[in-house]
Amino acid sequence: MTETASLALIEDYPQLKADLPGYDVDWCRAFREQAFSQFSASGFPSPREEEWRYTNVSAIEKKRFHWAAAEKTIDPAWVQSLFLDDCWTVVLIDGVFSSDYSRLSGLPDGVMVASVAEILQSNPDALKGYLGQAVSDKEHNFIAFNSAWFRDGIFIRVEAGVNLEQSIQIVHVTTQTETLSCTRQIFVLQEGAAAEIIETYAGQDCAYLTTSVNEVFLADKAQLSASKVQQEAEQAWHFGGWYVKQSAQAQFTHHHFAFGGLLTRTDIHCDLETAAECELNGLFLGMKRQHQDSHTRIVHQKPDAISREQYKGVLDQRARGVFQGRVIVAQDAQRTDSQMNNQNLLLSEYAEIDTKPQLEIYADDVKCAHGVTVGQLDENSVFYCQSRGLDEESARNMLTFAFANQMVKKLERKDLHDHVLSLLLQRFPQQGVDSSWL
Amino acid sequence: MLSIENLHANAGEKPILKGLNLQINPGEVHAIMGPNGAGKSTLSHVLTGKEGYTVTDGKVTFCGKDLLEMAPEIRAREGVFLAFQYPVEIPGVSNIYFLKAALNAMRKHRGQDEVDAMDFLTLVKDKVKLLKMDEKFLYRAINEGFSGGEKKRNEILQAMILEPKLCILDETDSGLDIDALKIVAEGINAMRSKERSFLMITHYQRLLDYVEPDFVHVLADGKIVKTGGPELAKELEESGYSFLEQQVA
Repeated sequence: MTETASLALIEDYPQLKADLPGYDVDWCRAFREQAFSQFSASGFPSPREEEWRYTNVSAIEKKRFHWAAAEKTIDPAWVQSLFLDDCWTVVLIDGVFSSDYSRLSGLPDGVMVASVAEILQSNPDALKGYLGQAVSDKEHNFIAFNSAWFRDGIFIRVEAGVNLEQSIQIVHVTTQTETLSCTRQIFVLQEGAAAEIIETYAGQDCAYLTTSVNEVFLADKAQLSASKVQQEAEQAWHFGGWYVKQSAQAQFTHHHFAFGGLLTRTDIHCDLETAAECELNGLFLGMKRQHQDSHTRIVHQKPDAISREQYKGVLDQRARGVFQGRVIVAQDAQRTDSQMNNQNLLLSEYAEIDTKPQLEIYADDVKCAHGVTVGQLDENSVFYCQSRGLDEESARNMLTFAFANQMVKKLERKDLHDHVLSLLLQRFPQQGVDSSWL
Repeated sequence: MLSIENLHANAGEKPILKGLNLQINPGEVHAIMGPNGAGKSTLSHVLTGKEGYTVTDGKVTFCGKDLLEMAPEIRAREGVFLAFQYPVEIPGVSNIYFLKAALNAMRKHRGQDEVDAMDFLTLVKDKVKLLKMDEKFLYRAINEGFSGGEKKRNEILQAMILEPKLCILDETDSGLDIDALKIVAEGINAMRSKERSFLMITHYQRLLDYVEPDFVHVLADGKIVKTGGPELAKELEESGYSFLEQQVA
């Protein structure tokens, strides 16, 4: 597993699979083999598939990736700069759990945070009821690819009634060029448990491929607040997903910030049982030739569930954004209350957004709303700022920043808020301002 | 301070200002009144450099410099302030954040350092009190959800912080109830000084009851057709602009 030679993602699997975690466990081997046979039959998703129409990943197939070398040159200060305060921190370096960097001391009783690779060795059956249960490989071939190839990941379990007072931050860092970082996360919150999980994705300046799949199981009345800060390196490909099963009255909130990477996509699927609630907030920024795809699907399976979704996109230069938001209200899901909104700002005539809100309603007593806007900066507002002495560039940056900042303001954790805010201010610099007065 | 000579300007293709002359000296308060479509707002926009207007003839000198040559932000930094008829809302950025950016832009232009945070806060809170505004306004998004009166007070607050030489008030009295009008007028009066001039564009006499102008001008069809003292505004309030038609006839 310390090979550094290039991997052919299909041809080399038979030689390497035996080293993958869980391959010696019957059910896990079967799971991986099945996933691999699906992936090898058709490769990565093609733009001919409706859900991939606007995101062409064919360039990835031509690339060769490899597992990162065991000997690494990592700047510890850089890794630590990504850490939030007062968190339990779990670090995955190049897709592999690092006990050196992780800080997990003092976890309360009833909470388990561990490496998936380690569990598949020591107690594989702990994962049996979860792996592949919140999302099927049939969803698309990045899932199948991840199921076949995942090398590690994080398992978090919070037992019934436990309310985690500190957040858990999962820091995914990639340090070497052409690394394949393939992780699988399983988060289980038992009945009435509450937790906050923050994901940070970052890379040292190089090209690499990140795929991560998070399967989330929220039992009755469990509450999970989650955030994803994607600040991958400029040349990175990133495919991530959150697949969330929400039992009755379970609550899930997600804040997604897609700032980095060359071509990225994040899928978030929520399955809502009776009176479950989900809130999805997102902000994606694109410049140069970045491609940011946000794909969400909320399924109201049972009555009385509530969903709220707001995504904003800002695209400059030749960047392209994709938003596909689908809400499905099953026949049984009476009294569903759902709102979806996507607003986009195009800053250049070459920037592009493909936005597709979809509502599929099979119940008759529902309250569903959706709206989409695509626009440019209001010239009257630009003039207003200039008439107060701001130069045109600062004025435009301030107005763009203001548009995006409405999503950052939703963050309740102060250090996370401040971190995302500083990324936003770097992207849209303004003179003479003081962020403490926002 | 401001000298407008034979100003001709189009809004889009349409000629609006047709040979306007106006001289404003330091410390003077001028009111411009006139019927709808006379060119009042065009004048304020041309003076502050809004896009969409073309000056076809004439010149405007501000403190000895060619105003029309300057970018909008340079005019602002040189000391021209426009209180908007319809102030824009900017959700996502607080008032105080914006004010500080604006003041620092002015200071930089004058070769001064950025304002000290504590000094700035003291200054702003002082003015907020004067305008009978709640301090919470400072931390709310710019004009978002503000009432008409709150928006106009906010314009005056900005003027007080930025300390312009020339303050153009574009229908600052519109949409204000009588209490808000008094507060805004008090703010304007507090700003009056020997060095600072005002150009108040208004439809009605009522603002002028509280802020007494030195000169009242009637703007009609792109030109100033009549100039007088404060009594002219009262006359107009009583008899309207019908005299304009008589002149034409």
